[in-house]
Amino acid sequence: MTQEKSLSNACREPLDKDLLGWTTSWLVTFAIASFGPIAVWQQSWITAVAVGVNFVIGILMIFANKRALGRLDELQRKIQLDATAICCMVGIVGGLSYSLLDITGLIGFDAQISHVVLLMGATYIVSLIIGRRHYA
Amino acid sequence: MKNRLKVLRAERDWTQADLAEALSVSRQTVNAIEKGKFDPSLPLAFKLARLFELPIEQIFEDES
Repeated sequence: MTQEKSLSNACREPLDKDLLGWTTSWLVTFAIASFGPIAVWQQSWITAVAVGVNFVIGILMIFANKRALGRLDELQRKIQLDATAICCMVGIVGGLSYSLLDITGLIGFDAQISHVVLLMGATYIVSLIIGRRHYA
Repeated sequence: MKNRLKVLRAERDWTQADLAEALSVSRQTVNAIEKGKFDPSLPLAFKLARLFELPIEQIFEDES
C-alpha cells in the first residue's frame, strides 16, 4: 500500500504555477469576453478590448506552456508529446467528421467548436493518464 | 534495451530517488529505464556512464 502510494506520488508531476497562472488568467479573460457583452456592458469597443486582452494572454499562455515543457525531463516530455499528438489528431479527424455531419444535415443541431474542444480536452487527459500508467 | 541500472544502483546502495536527483530527472524516469520501458537519450546515457564511472556498453546492452 505504501509502495503503491509512493509510486503514484512519483508519477505525478509537480504543479506548474507559471502555466497554471497563465491558464487561469486566459480562462478568466475568456469568460469576461464571452459573458461581459451579455451581462455587463453593451459597448462593442469594450468587447473588442476584452477579446484583445484574452488573445494576448492566450499567446502568453502558449509561451508558458513551452516553458513548462522545457522544465520536464525527457520521459515526461515524451508522455506529453504522445498525448498532444493523439489529442491533435482526434481533434482534426473528429472535428472534420462532426462538421461533415452538420453540413450534410445528419445531425439535428449546429456543430459547435466547444464540442471539439471538449473532445480534445478529454482525449488529452485520457492519453496523459494512459501514458503515465504505461511508464509507471 | 536491457540495462544493469538496478544492479549498479543496488551496489552503491542508492535509491531510485537518489539516482533521479543525481541525474536531474524524475523517479518515474529512473524506474522506466530500469524496467526497460524507456530508452534514455544519448546525453542521459552519458550522464549515467559518468555517474557510475563505467563505459556505456557496460550499463546498456543492445538487444538487436
